[in-house]
Formats: sequence, structure tokens, C-alpha cells
Amino acid sequence: MNPRWTLLKRNLLDFWQTFRRNRMGLVGAFLVLTAVLAAVFAPLLSPYTPTETMRDAGGRALTFAPPSVHAPLGTDDAGRDVWTQLVYGARISLTVGFLAGFIAMFIGSLFGITAGYFGGWVDNLLMRITDVLLVIPDLPLILVLVATVRQLDLKVSPLVILVLVIGLLYWTSTARLIRSQVLSIKERQYVYRARAIGAGNWHIVRRHILPQIMPLIVANTVLILSTAILIESGLAFLGLGDPTQPSWGTMLNFAFDRNAVTNGAWWFYLPPGLAIIWATLGCVLLGNVLEEMLNPRLASHHLEGEQSIVTHPPAPFPAREGGVAKSDGG
Amino acid sequence: MTSLPLLRVRNLSSEFVTTDGTVARALDDVSFDVHPGQTVGLVGESGCGKTTTLLSIMRLLPVSARITSGQVLFNGTDLLGLSEADMRRCRWKELAIVFQGAMNALNPVMTVGEQIREAILLHDLMDSSHATRRVDELLDMVGIAASRRDQYPHQYSGGMRQRAMIAMALACQPSLLFADEPTTALDVMVQAQILELLQKIQKLLGLAVVLVTHDLGVVAEVCDAVVVMYGGKVAENGPVDEVYNHPRHPYTQRLLEAFPDLNRPAGSLATIPGTPPRLNALPPGCRFAPRCHKAFDRCHIEAPVETGLGRGHTAACHLLEKTEAAK
Repeated sequence: MNPRWTLLKRNLLDFWQTFRRNRMGLVGAFLVLTAVLAAVFAPLLSPYTPTETMRDAGGRALTFAPPSVHAPLGTDDAGRDVWTQLVYGARISLTVGFLAGFIAMFIGSLFGITAGYFGGWVDNLLMRITDVLLVIPDLPLILVLVATVRQLDLKVSPLVILVLVIGLLYWTSTARLIRSQVLSIKERQYVYRARAIGAGNWHIVRRHILPQIMPLIVANTVLILSTAILIESGLAFLGLGDPTQPSWGTMLNFAFDRNAVTNGAWWFYLPPGLAIIWATLGCVLLGNVLEEMLNPRLASHHLEGEQSIVTHPPAPFPAREGGVAKSDGG
Repeated sequence: MTSLPLLRVRNLSSEFVTTDGTVARALDDVSFDVHPGQTVGLVGESGCGKTTTLLSIMRLLPVSARITSGQVLFNGTDLLGLSEADMRRCRWKELAIVFQGAMNALNPVMTVGEQIREAILLHDLMDSSHATRRVDELLDMVGIAASRRDQYPHQYSGGMRQRAMIAMALACQPSLLFADEPTTALDVMVQAQILELLQKIQKLLGLAVVLVTHDLGVVAEVCDAVVVMYGGKVAENGPVDEVYNHPRHPYTQRLLEAFPDLNRPAGSLATIPGTPPRLNALPPGCRFAPRCHKAFDRCHIEAPVETGLGRGHTAACHLLEKTEAAK
């Protein structure tokens, strides 16, 4: 066990050394990390609760109060502190986004690996299901689904419905991506070797295929998170969130419902919008950088040498051609 | 030929189905025997079905291929009749294979030791700590220091990788080892080392080995018997001395002539004109007929059958049928 630990430590250290030099990745990590920290430590970041109405000395509610020392981002139509709502909203937005993202990733990986590894009719069936989901426009489908499920009166939080619907619909691109990678890996000779030593399918997938696509899965998960957060915000903005547990999207929904724009209360609708951008941009930056670093096809690789041999024609040949063309031109 | 054969391959035929639906007959009626402790060389040009023979015996053909007929009797049991689970248990414990090109046969993200352990643990031969000790033993047997157990394949040289593959092949103490061109992509010195190692281990463990190679010199040096394949069929089969000194099939004759010999005066080497047949467009009759210098009318119409020539020597050629019949 001991050498394995030191190896892991060294690999992580190597990873950090490379990651550190990538400014985009650092920015992305910073954005994601601050959003997560704000969500986790929300009670420490604000003296109020999100439903508490702020009142002036006369006991009247401070509605649409501009930013001040007491309320750094002002108050909303009911006199509640926007900053408090924002940090508490991060909890809902990120939780829904993360849960949905992980569900999508899990289904996508499962479908991708199964389809790619087993091939044949399994592949055909799973990929046709994927195709069908890919061609249906997302938003109308989700709206209909969420609305229908809510009609059923299942006594579950609307957030659970959101998590499930997003998670169960957003795995298609992941499934295709992973399938293509598995298709390439399962033809490698060490997979044949594994079969020759008497390994079964489960063993081969677990020991020889999964470790190779894990980087891809990790990078893709981070990217899917941003989509999930964005979709959650969109749905909540359209009123499909949980009004008792407002996320950033729900805040936007409230702001527009209660005429924050006509009242000039920019502090009510700008912060949640910017927060959504903050978190999703962070995920996209981080995801892209991770993909770049972890995806063997994008990183420098031993195959690169061979590729350049194939793509560049032999040196003397084009040189002579170029010479001829020049003399023709002159 | 006193002992009972360890492996009897009888009339084994396999085919590949290409994406456009045409069928390539990769193996046609292949039969040969391997006795315990014997080394059998499998020679022939590229694409003549040597590797397909091994993969068919181990039932490791890709999905596009299937075995159409024949028997593979290993210690009397037909491997082709086993269930997939039984076959899986049989692989490596009874039949191990050293693949062509050791670089690709090792998983680049697992340490070499881990991959050898994998084979042992898959067959539940011993617990984890014993397996680690066994890995050290195996590596020692092929001349790799135990300290390199936890290194990755890219930290090994080409020869070391091939030796690690051999160590892996021995992990479960198989009784039959397939070596599929174990020396390709290695330089001559390392080639010699690997072959020497194979021979040493074979003697030590009493293994039977089937060696696939292009190199007729290697066969002469290492093997007891040789199977010459052409276009998915066995052209000639017999003890090495017999086949080398008295080649009876025109293909074997040409093949041996094409091999450089230090004792022959310098001159240009003989070659066999043409190329091996495409397996989805096989010539009718004898598969070698289009390239054969001794071909006559019948060769282009009718496929020859294997003719016994005594002392375990057989060949499939119409010329021999005539002479044998005349006797």
C-alpha cells in the first residue's frame, strides 16, 4: 500500500504543478470554490435569515431599499436582504446543479460504457435512445415534464423533481463521448490480453477501461455541472422552482414578478444573474482546462510523434514543388 | 510419438465476416498435434492464418470472426464445446499466450507487477500477499529484478517488456504456451535472449510451446516439429529435420530456398513471385497453385488433400498423391 500512496501523492503533486500554471483553470477553480464556500458558510456570511423582513425605526418594512451598510445588496419588495438570499440561494442552486450533474454523468457513463463495450444490438438500442433524447428540444420537454409531474401531486419537493428531470435528460452528450472513447480502448491489445488471462467483462471494464476514461468523466462532469446549474436557473426563473427554498433562478423570478425593473431596484435582479454567470463560468473554465489536461487526445502524447509523421509529407518533395511553383510565377 | 498429444487440433475452420457481408475463410481444415514438452513452429507468410489459429484455439477471435467447424482437443476435452465460463477458467491456467508486440499488450496505466498479479488473482490461485511474492519469483525467473515490479511498462525496455510478458504467461503454470511472434520489433541480440529464455523455461517447466514466427532459422534451432501454413491451410507438417531436409510441398521448398544460408555461395536469394491469396477471393483448387512452379491443370481445379509421408510427415499437394499412389 505504501508505494501506491507515495505514487498517488506524486501524481497529485504533478497535476497541481501543471494546473497552477494555467491561469484560466485557476480562475475557474477560484469561481467554483468561492461559490461552494459561500453556499456552505451561508449562515456565517449574513446576520439575517433569507425570510427575515428588515424594518426601520418606525417598524415599517424597508421595501426596495438600495444597498446600504445594513444590507450590502439592498432589500427586495418584502424588505428581505438580497445578499442573504443570494448566499442561501447558492445552496439550492449548487445542490440541484451538482446532484443533477452527477446523475447525468452516472447515466451517461453507464450508457456510454455499455454501448461501447458490448457493441452490436446493445449499442444500437442504447444509441437510438440517446438519439431520440438528443433531437427533442430540451427546454419544452423539461417544461412539460416538470409541469406534468407536479400535477401528479407526489408530495415531493419541486427541487427533487428538478434534479431528477435534469439528471435524466442531460446525459446524452456524455454517453456519446464516452462510447467513442470506449470503442477505441476496447480494441487495444491489452484488453485482448486481459481476456486471454481469463478476465470477464466486468473485470475488464473495471480494471482496464474505466481507469482510462476516468479523466474524461471527471472533466465532463464539471462541464455538465454548469449546464445543470444553468438549466435549474432557467426553470426556476420560469416559476418551476420551489418558492419556499429560493435559488438564484427563483430570485430572478421574484424580481421580475414584483416589478424590480420598473422600480429601478437593480440590486434585486443583477446579483442573482451575476451569481449564475459566476458559477457556470467557473465550471466551464475549470472543465475545459481539466479536459485539456486530462484528455489524452488533447494533451501532448506519445502518439503525437506518429501523427506528425503522417501529416507532414516527406521533406524534399514539397520543397521541390514549391521551387517549381515559384519559378513558374516569376 | 509415444506420448498422447496434449493438444489435437482437428479440421479447424474459421471465417471472418467483413462489413460488406463477404466471408473470408481465414482457416480451412487446419489439423496438427502438440505433444507434452514439445515445441511446434507455426510458419508462413503474413496473413496465412497463424495468429488466427492461436486465437481460434483460445477462442479469442474478434466478434467479426467465428469458428465454423473442427475440434480442439486439449487433454481429451474439446475446448470448442466448453461454456464461456469454463473456457475463461481454462485460459491462462492451461493455455497461456505471449502476444505479438509486448508494448501494446501491457496496460500503460498499470504497473507490470500489478498486471502479473492480475492473472494470478483472477484464477484465485493464492491470496494477495502470496501473489506478490509469486510475482517476484516470476520476474526473477525471466531475469528482471524484483525492485522493478512497481514500475510502469514505459519504464521497461522492449526486451524487458517481452520478458515480463513471458513471466505473466507463466503465472498460472500453464501446460501449453503460445508464443505469437515473441521476437518481432526486437533487435537481434534481444531476440536471441528471448528465445534462449523461452527454451530455458520450457526445459525447466516441461512446457509445450507453439511458436509462431516468420523466421525459419529460429524454427530450425528451437522447434521439434513444424507446421507450414499457406492461405489458411496447412501445406506441410512434420518433424523439423524431416521437413527441412526433405521438403515435399513446393511452397515449403520455395520458402526454404528463399532463406539465406551461410554455407551457400553468395548470390541473389530466390523469391516466390506473387502474393498470398486474398482470403475473400480464394483461388479454386490448391491455394498455392497460382504461384507454384510445379502447378499443373488439376491444381487449379481441385484442392489437394493431406497425404501421409511416414514418420509424422504430411503434405497437401497433388504431386505427392501421384507419387504415393504410384508406390
